[in-house]
Amino acid sequence: MPLLSVKDLRTYFHTRNGVYRAVDGVSFSLERGETLGIVGESGSGKSVTCYSIMGLIPQPPGRIESGSAVFDGTDLLRCPPEVSRSIRGKRIAMIFQDPMTSLNPYLRISEQLIEPLRIHEPISRKAALDRALLMLDAVGINDAAKRIHYYPHEFSGGMRQRVMIAMALITQPELLIADEPTTALDVTVQAQILELIKRLQKEFHMAVIFITHDLGVVSGLCDRVQVMYGGKIVETASTRSLFYEPRHPYTRALQQSIPSLQQKGGDLFTIPGMPPDLSKPTPGCSFAPRCLHATDACFVQPVELKTCASDHSQSCRRVQNGEI
Amino acid sequence: MPEPILELIDVKTHFPINTGFLFKRQVGTVKAVDGVSLRVERGEVLGLVGESGCGKSTLARTILQLLPTTAGKVLLSGHSLGDSTARELIERRRDLQMVFQDPYASLNPRMTVFATLSEPLLTHGICSGKEVTQHVADLMERVGLASRFMQKYPHEFSGGQRQRIAIARALALQPKVIVADEPVSALDVSIQAQILNLLAKLVRDMGLSLIFIAHDLSVVKHISDRVAVMYLGKIVELGSASDVIDRPQHPYTRALVSAIPTPNPDIERSRKRIVLPGDPPSPINPPSGCTFHPRCPHAIAACRSEVPRLKPFDGREVSCLRAGEFS
Repeated sequence: MPLLSVKDLRTYFHTRNGVYRAVDGVSFSLERGETLGIVGESGSGKSVTCYSIMGLIPQPPGRIESGSAVFDGTDLLRCPPEVSRSIRGKRIAMIFQDPMTSLNPYLRISEQLIEPLRIHEPISRKAALDRALLMLDAVGINDAAKRIHYYPHEFSGGMRQRVMIAMALITQPELLIADEPTTALDVTVQAQILELIKRLQKEFHMAVIFITHDLGVVSGLCDRVQVMYGGKIVETASTRSLFYEPRHPYTRALQQSIPSLQQKGGDLFTIPGMPPDLSKPTPGCSFAPRCLHATDACFVQPVELKTCASDHSQSCRRVQNGEI
Repeated sequence: MPEPILELIDVKTHFPINTGFLFKRQVGTVKAVDGVSLRVERGEVLGLVGESGCGKSTLARTILQLLPTTAGKVLLSGHSLGDSTARELIERRRDLQMVFQDPYASLNPRMTVFATLSEPLLTHGICSGKEVTQHVADLMERVGLASRFMQKYPHEFSGGQRQRIAIARALALQPKVIVADEPVSALDVSIQAQILNLLAKLVRDMGLSLIFIAHDLSVVKHISDRVAVMYLGKIVELGSASDVIDRPQHPYTRALVSAIPTPNPDIERSRKRIVLPGDPPSPINPPSGCTFHPRCPHAIAACRSEVPRLKPFDGREVSCLRAGEFS
């Protein structure tokens, strides 16, 4: 049985300007200890998918219209609040993009580190602090005994992200959701944090969902990757299969537009047009208006993910028909 | 050697740190830019890379004289900008324009595209009132925007389109040099490529010189002829883009290049990455000697006391005492 199984998740935002279908029928599953990368541009629904699982969607305007997210036998979207509270923050933890805004500036990090422990486990303050110290050591903060009493502003960006990771992992979760954890960091610090997540994942044997827009980050870290566009998964495959044999035109275009893979001096490959307007759903493929291979049928016929090789599915109708 | 269009001679930009409310006194200095010398030739693209806090944006603002230079000179076509009178500076800045990182913040939300683009044209008397509409339309076409959007406001455009408007504004006065401070960092990958292509095309077609600032080395490598790597207010390596990025010499550049994740699983999993310890130090109390020595895997005792200078080495300039000693 998979650790997490999401089926037909639909999260819509009801605003004055219409209904935005941020996540529109997303299904995937995740095994214990597996690392799944979710890749997409801004507005593709990759963060909203995970926020829905974690119950972090502001309602209203957001609403989870349908779907289920079964974590180890419990449907997180339908179970009573006290049950989901006992899972979220303990067995599933999350780290965010901006470590400055996700730590409370008024509290010493010691208070913030032990909070999840004190809520989820019958543990004394003293014992919790000891665990927090061990955790700070594990994420590579030197002189932890002194620094545990610091405020967030006394740490640099990379150190704050380490504190965030320590806070997320202190309850020894089975699943860690990382929402662009290195986007706000410099490349040399990003390298440190990626190494850290890799090491801790092995130590704690966690499953990780890694949300990012950077295909480079995914290639070294993830076992499996799914590419999202316009609120839907357009391709999902093992990392090697996705990078070496991308099938969906969007994945191919995304790969081709990475500067480092292209010849210097020539024009960069670009995807024409702009991301879709999620408030105006189309019956067909949402990538069709920007797709070089689109035919009239692409705009009207609904698409669905279909398996095309072992552990490789994609949703392009023309690829499924063997036309490209 | 032909005269460079832009030359920086030992430019320093320091910020005083003051305390006290009534009786202010200076307690320290932030040496954001600390002795940078550069030459930019006509039609050349110079990439400037470094991590946050290394002074690359301060350097950009100093070149434009948006910040005063503490010491050193910025020469544009041989004229020192720092010594110019206010009136001369207005004239000279025509040749020197800037594109900022965040197109959401750098455009006035209450001005239409027409108002934004016509302002420099009218202020500098480039064209008469009658010709303005035509001029603005030409500018918009040049950056790939339909001129029918002239009366729209910035919020009606996407990020990529706004960056196009910002570029059109910089082009309005037909400058010789454009300084672009992280112009694509705020954009998605597919939109990034569009803006990079546009900048490359403008450089080719208009004979512009471009100083392209970014933290993404792969982007810089693609667009630049030469690359300068900054660390803590100083240039540590300077040379042709392929030399510096494909065969880096300075230990910092090496670490920076090895830290870029490559979108290729086999290479990414097998290669050895140089992970630097710690964070970049504060420019308030920079380390002695070579400012990189506390994080450098190759540092020796001399690195702690001796300040390295940029020296020619292997076709580029490197400021490392041990340049060439390790391969």
